[in-house]
Amino acid sequence: MNDLAMHFKHLRRVFVWELPVRVYHWINALAIVVLCVTGFIIGNPPGIMFGGEAHESYWFGTVRFLHFASAYIFLFNFLFRLYWGFVGNKYANWKNFIPTNRRFFKEMWEVLKIDILQIKSGEHLSVGHNALAGFIYFLTFIAFAVQCITGFGLYAAMSHSLIARMFVWVSPFLGGDFALRRWHHAAMWFFILFAMVHVYLVFYHDYVEGRGEISSMGGGWKFIEEEVFEEQNSKTSA
Amino acid sequence: MAQITTIGRKTYYDDIIEKGYSRRDFMKFCAMMAAYLGLESSGVAQVAQALQTQHRVPVIWLHFQECTCCSESFIRSSHPIVADILLDKLSLDYTETLMAASGHQAEVAKAKTMKDYYGEYILCVEGTVPTDNNGVYCCIGGRTAEDILKEAAAGAKALIAWGSCACNGCVQAAYPNPTSATPIHKIITDKPIIRVPGCPPIGEVMAGVLVHIITFGTLPELDGAKRPKAFYSKRVHDTCQRRAFYDAGLFVETFDDENAKKGYCLYKVGCKGPMTYNACSVTRWNNGVSYPIQSGHGCIGCSEDNYWDAGPLYRRMQTFPGFGIESNADEIGIGAAVLTAGGLAAHAIATNIRKNKLIEDLITEGKESEKELKK
Ligand code: HEM
Ligand code: SF4
Repeated sequence: MNDLAMHFKHLRRVFVWELPVRVYHWINALAIVVLCVTGFIIGNPPGIMFGGEAHESYWFGTVRFLHFASAYIFLFNFLFRLYWGFVGNKYANWKNFIPTNRRFFKEMWEVLKIDILQIKSGEHLSVGHNALAGFIYFLTFIAFAVQCITGFGLYAAMSHSLIARMFVWVSPFLGGDFALRRWHHAAMWFFILFAMVHVYLVFYHDYVEGRGEISSMGGGWKFIEEEVFEEQNSKTSA
Repeated sequence: MAQITTIGRKTYYDDIIEKGYSRRDFMKFCAMMAAYLGLESSGVAQVAQALQTQHRVPVIWLHFQECTCCSESFIRSSHPIVADILLDKLSLDYTETLMAASGHQAEVAKAKTMKDYYGEYILCVEGTVPTDNNGVYCCIGGRTAEDILKEAAAGAKALIAWGSCACNGCVQAAYPNPTSATPIHKIITDKPIIRVPGCPPIGEVMAGVLVHIITFGTLPELDGAKRPKAFYSKRVHDTCQRRAFYDAGLFVETFDDENAKKGYCLYKVGCKGPMTYNACSVTRWNNGVSYPIQSGHGCIGCSEDNYWDAGPLYRRMQTFPGFGIESNADEIGIGAAVLTAGGLAAHAIATNIRKNKLIEDLITEGKESEKELKK
């Protein structure tokens, strides 16, 4: 042992993301990738020269089918996550996402200063979502809702299914399919930008904190230092 | 409506026969109308019955900021009885464009209808109502459109908004809408309104709406946007003859390419059929001869709200107001993505500088463990 020994920390394993949350996360990620790719193609189909007859091909129909099929998965997965916000563990609870008190805002500001603007040194520890992240996820939930409403609003014209029928009010309410399409298309960019920042920040946290941020969505656990664990507990009990 | 009994008023049938049509012509007309209304075959008898027994429904037809294409379309609807009977002689107590009377005489006729048939007449409106500068941009007989509309609407049983002008403002309400052209449902809010959008609406559709009112004495079933379901519940795209090419992903790229000759789908050259609710691809135009897509031109979405401001007619992309005329969601999106990527790169660099201590500690700790671990 040398004097570096003081650096060695005992890590405690904390179970953060329960299995349903992890499954939700990856289904959601996959559905969003498929929806963005197929949606982009629906909006900007590539030019294809084709010698045969129309009945020999159905590729555009298939792309649309994939879009609609993943749309259903996306919707139900989303609804499930909303439900889990009420029955899941404390890190999955809806209170992580909606600012309900001043502490939430203070923490958001703190994270902004430490991790984003980096005008304050040190690190901010939160085992689950930090307040800023939680709030951004809240915005993504709104984006999910926007995309489901505009998407199923458009889909109502193409389907007689019960779920699609539930959205017939959308088009007249929001000024017709022109407006729906435009917002539906524009909202795609929110998903793309979010994904970029999200993936970057996961790497960032893993890199500067070393607590297993990236792998937590696989096994469900993060690791925090023994001292930090004690400190957190004394803070909350005080 | 069926109960309107006014002495001296003839039935539609009386007038049709008087005009020189045969019973056979009359029945053909009824069959056609029943078909357009989507009635079952017994509906033909219902239509015929109604036209033979019902007294004519008084109609006032007002023209404001418009181009009269709705009237033009109406009088060209495929069956001559529409023009001759529904419009020309019988139903219209007042319509600037087509009535024989003019000036004071005309105004008197209108006032009389409004008085005699208070609560019974149908008020048809073609055009928008400008509200800027107290409505001076559209005055008839020294009165503003808004004034005339409100007065006429007061005694109307129901209103029909003909065409996109009356329904959503159309071109005169397009940005920057210099006269504050306003569709009529924004001005009259206390009466049933049927919206029959299109620039113009299809003549048969217009006739169909009127025949429905005459036949059943009720307004036709309307959708969430107050359009008659019989004609506006499907998109042009749903029954488009080029639809097979759409599903096969075969698109016209430019109007003079090989694909255009083969009749491929016009989606990429701006067809708005997938967003447009109308009967064009079912009823077609000019006695069912054709409709834009059949003639090689994409749908411009003329029956949809705000279609003039929704982007270029010959491209897929929809523009966003406030981002420049040619901007579209994808260009803005790519710009934002590039900015974001730049921001992330800058943040990554800053992190390695500002968080150097934290990172170094982790690295040292990790390396130390690696060394200490024997194998
Ligand atoms: C992450 C979520 C989603 C993204 C990024 C996305 C993206 C897109 C894009 C970019 C388009 C092309 C729009 C255009 O330019 O015309 C589109 C079309 C469409 N989307 Fe989505 N979408 C998503 C979710 C949904 C959902 C949940 C539904 C619900 C059914 C849906 C239904 C539709 C429909 C019906 C169309 C029009 C397809 C057609 O007319 O053939 N989308 N989507
Ligand atoms: S031409 Fe227009 S309406 Fe017809 S299938 Fe293509 S996109 Fe749809």
